[in-house]
Amino acid sequence: MNTTSAIEVFNLTKVYGCGNTEVVAMKDVNLRVAKGEVIALLGPSGAGKSTLLTAMGLINPPTAGRIVIGGVPVLDGPQPLVNLRAFRRHHLGFVFQKANLIPFLNAVQNVQVALEINDVPTRHARHRARELLDYLGVADRAENLPDALSGGQQQRVAVARALANEPALILADEPTAALDSHRGRQVMELFRKVAHERGAGVIVVTHDQRALNAFDRTFEMEDGQLST
Amino acid sequence: MNLAAQDIRHNLGRFALTAVGIGLLLMIVLGMSGIYRGMIDDALVVVDHIGADSWVVQRGTRGPFAEISRLPANLEHRLRAVPGVASARSFVSHNVQREHRGKPLRMNVHGLAWPEDKGEWVNLIAGRPLSQAHYEMIADTSLGLELGEKLVFAGDTYTVGGVTKGMVSSGGDGIAFFTVRDAQAIQFDLSGEATRLERAARVQRAVGQDIGRAQPLLLERGAGLSSGLPALGPPMVSAITVRLAEGADSGAVAKTVAAWPDVSVHTRDGQVQLLVHGMIDKARRQLGLFRILLVIISTIIMALILYTLTLDKIHDIAMLKLMGARNSMIAGLILQQALLLGALGFGIAWCLGAWVFPKFPRRVLVAPEDLWGLAVVVVIISVLSSLLGIWKAMRVAPNKVLA
Repeated sequence: MNTTSAIEVFNLTKVYGCGNTEVVAMKDVNLRVAKGEVIALLGPSGAGKSTLLTAMGLINPPTAGRIVIGGVPVLDGPQPLVNLRAFRRHHLGFVFQKANLIPFLNAVQNVQVALEINDVPTRHARHRARELLDYLGVADRAENLPDALSGGQQQRVAVARALANEPALILADEPTAALDSHRGRQVMELFRKVAHERGAGVIVVTHDQRALNAFDRTFEMEDGQLST
Repeated sequence: MNLAAQDIRHNLGRFALTAVGIGLLLMIVLGMSGIYRGMIDDALVVVDHIGADSWVVQRGTRGPFAEISRLPANLEHRLRAVPGVASARSFVSHNVQREHRGKPLRMNVHGLAWPEDKGEWVNLIAGRPLSQAHYEMIADTSLGLELGEKLVFAGDTYTVGGVTKGMVSSGGDGIAFFTVRDAQAIQFDLSGEATRLERAARVQRAVGQDIGRAQPLLLERGAGLSSGLPALGPPMVSAITVRLAEGADSGAVAKTVAAWPDVSVHTRDGQVQLLVHGMIDKARRQLGLFRILLVIISTIIMALILYTLTLDKIHDIAMLKLMGARNSMIAGLILQQALLLGALGFGIAWCLGAWVFPKFPRRVLVAPEDLWGLAVVVVIISVLSSLLGIWKAMRVAPNKVLA
């Protein structure tokens, strides 16, 4: 295992249904993302990008193949090799097209909850959440509920939440789709900053061709297969 | 950070309204047990307070409360002769409904054995016990009569000399205490024509009996006042209350009296059983069943509310699961809200009940054990009703966030 890798996937295959209704969503995908690296996954709708992302996010196990995150083998086919929920808690961060902030928690609490889930004491979690919001430039909106934040601010809080537990890997699914180009660029720069400063691997599924120069490498998916 | 508290704070209005709804339901549950307990307390108020060890009633009856009992008043003299009996007093009980201030006035008339019993044992809140043999009464506050108020019964004017609180019959009518003689006068108040017809009928009855033929003077008396002819007059009292001498064997006294062919005897506990398991038994069971139904309905409503609250948060729960939240954290969120909802509902039920129940026409008696019992029931239904929401939350897949 390569300990400098944020994630390695080997021959990942996902098949939905069986018999006549069988659909191969992903076939023999191999990928390695180094720590501190930001990569893009491109491809048309239905190409299997989200399937790969959810498989790497340990929320939709593959039918076959292996996943190693931060040097730890976590999935062998559909078979979990670790407690997946606990592993997600410690090692993965997620950012989506919608920020998916919890509406009854304010910005700082949305970050704090990710830390408290990881058994960080409340006072320390609050302090760390404020630090992250400050790092991402939304400290002045810390006490605001999500519906009082702009789309860009919400997405920054979501990124702060994803970073809270210093994950080995951040998975982002169309994180700029709901943002204007300026804010989209800001978020992508944020991912680069996080990856380079904190050594996390970042995988971004995107359709946004304008942001391609923000990535270290780009991959294209088509018909469930990955190509550079 | 407490997620349940944060969620409630965010949806405070909806949560408060839901708690009020649950509180109203629980208040009805509390009210049902209060009505039940009040009914028992009302039924036993005289038996508990009058201080009688035994009740002697008409043979074969379960009187004087559960059914009508008629006894000659002079039976009390016979009872006083029984070894172990300290006192024997006449007792009269019947209902009357008259017009007063243009409204129906329904009361339970109790006759006290003047002068031995002036009603010192009743729960007076104003005035005094009976102070004369006639034309005075003690009225319960539920009758709406005031101290010093005058009422006319059977052609005589009675003055309210005392006012009691909480002294009502098992039927919910306020009790008015008179002397036995006055209670009888009210009970047997007849019009002039009815009196003349009764006297004529009485003479005819006497003619047909040996005593009438053997003592012709009785025929002459039969045409006069009823009180002048007790042997042929109507039955006089409802029961005789017996108090035993200190150290007397109650079983032996009861055995002696029960051997008489014209009377039945009930101990104090026996009288309580007759009331609780006979007279108010069906009402008691009906209230009990309603209470059970209401508890079930409250559980179902709470479960549906909590299920709906959980559905509203299903996306957030999926997000928490995606972040790796433990099941105990998510179950705790729902369970804490259920318990808080139950606790608030209980508090609202308690406060509203304390305000509303005294305004009910019949007594609603909420005992501490009823409150504790309801608190336990609320905890149980809160836990049960949260299970549906927890079940739903446990089934949510983390990838629901992507939907």
